[in-house]
Amino acid sequence: MSEVDFDVLERDVSRNDISKEEIAMQVRNFRLFYGDKEALKGIDMDIPKNKVTAFIGPSGCGKSTLLRCFNRMNDLVDSVSIKGEMTLYGEDIYRKGLDVVDLRRRVGMVFQKPNPFPKSIYENVAYGLRIQGMNNRRKLDEIVERSLKRAALWDEVKDRLDDNAFGLSGGQQQRLVIARAVAVEPEVLLLDEPCSALDPISTLKIEELIHELREDFTIVIVTHNMQQAARVSDYTAFMYLGDLIEFDDTDTLFTKPGKKQTEDYITGRFG
Amino acid sequence: MNKAHLSEHISTQFNEEIESIRERVLAMGGLVEEQLANAVTALVDNKGDLGEEVAKSDYRVNAAEVSIDEECNLILARRQPAATDLRLIVAIIKTITDLERIGDEAKKIAKMAVKLAEQDRPATGYREVQHLGEAVSRILNGALDAFARMDAKAAVEVVQSDMEVDREYEAVMRQCITFMMEDPRTIKRVMDLVWAVRAMERVGDHAANLAEYVIYLVEGKDVRHIKAEELSQTLAD
Repeated sequence: MSEVDFDVLERDVSRNDISKEEIAMQVRNFRLFYGDKEALKGIDMDIPKNKVTAFIGPSGCGKSTLLRCFNRMNDLVDSVSIKGEMTLYGEDIYRKGLDVVDLRRRVGMVFQKPNPFPKSIYENVAYGLRIQGMNNRRKLDEIVERSLKRAALWDEVKDRLDDNAFGLSGGQQQRLVIARAVAVEPEVLLLDEPCSALDPISTLKIEELIHELREDFTIVIVTHNMQQAARVSDYTAFMYLGDLIEFDDTDTLFTKPGKKQTEDYITGRFG
Repeated sequence: MNKAHLSEHISTQFNEEIESIRERVLAMGGLVEEQLANAVTALVDNKGDLGEEVAKSDYRVNAAEVSIDEECNLILARRQPAATDLRLIVAIIKTITDLERIGDEAKKIAKMAVKLAEQDRPATGYREVQHLGEAVSRILNGALDAFARMDAKAAVEVVQSDMEVDREYEAVMRQCITFMMEDPRTIKRVMDLVWAVRAMERVGDHAANLAEYVIYLVEGKDVRHIKAEELSQTLAD
């Protein structure tokens, strides 16, 4: 009989602990108004580096609004005003004079519906780099290949990089968009319901991808699918009516939530 | 958390499934209680027939375990329960395993009752055994009651009262040894009795396990392998 490895019994199965994480983004007493209406009511939250943080909550709870604040997408909405503080590695991202374009390179975003540009697969991925002024073909080739590999799409498209991106399936398009986002080496990747327009198998591929991307990026994901949050995330935030109700490591939140509102939501009860 | 919480799902079908499975666990518990009580009666009141019947009926307990297990599997597969619902299903899967084992112990007691019924009876009858049997029946009842009411405090009391059963078991064993030393002709009979007494003590241990699952279900804390004396403190932390 082969020797049994008893050491596996000692393996650490302890849960994630936010107090031991390096923090990528910090949110302090953050409030957002659409005109008079307060959509975020004083949020305090730490986004840990190289972890997946999921936001869950019913429609209108403010989770997508909060996500869009991380790279100032809400600046594009006229009636929005904000109070409070949000930092990326200690730097106030709402300070006057901040280069918003550079912020959005550092904090990339992927949306619910895949939105490739009407260009070739190659040019979609190279787009951000070209905007940055990179024209070295060999360097571009290298980054496009690496990005497509990171997005787990390379094997499916390597023979047709010049084809139009619209010829890809929905799931492939979404991975292409992720490749485009990671090509510019962001520090944080925001995913706004990245799988809600995809079939279950494409969804699993994206989830697997999220797990791998965590090695290189800090990921924040908004999802309506609670099982998805449970599967992919290290930390989960439950939001309700503009408040952050509970933020904890995902294992704890889904087995023994601290707040009754969280429990009622994740178990499908009447609130 | 209270019992009403279990029936507050938006899905009424899920409410019904949860209620159905709880009802069946309690029915299985009732069946096991009856098996145990009958086994102890068969031994104490010298009723070999009743012992035979208990041994024969054990299959009903086994069948209940298999069927409730299946129901739990289906709920896990179809509903992906979380939080309280998840803890309830996990607690039930463990609970029915221990209940089935209690059924096995009852069967052992019943078989010994059949053997002892064929032999001479001591002048004392088996009063000391009756006492132990009643004590373990009480804690089994207490554990099932705590489960039905989702009462963690009552469950803690059950775990702690198992220590008394253990003490009682030690006393009965000492008595048995004394009998055998005083009159070696009793050895065969007393050895059979020892098996039954041992089975009763095991019932107490399984009942204490049930109570621990109730604590897990209600409080979300795993209290296995914690000393009974330290239990209240652990829960307060």
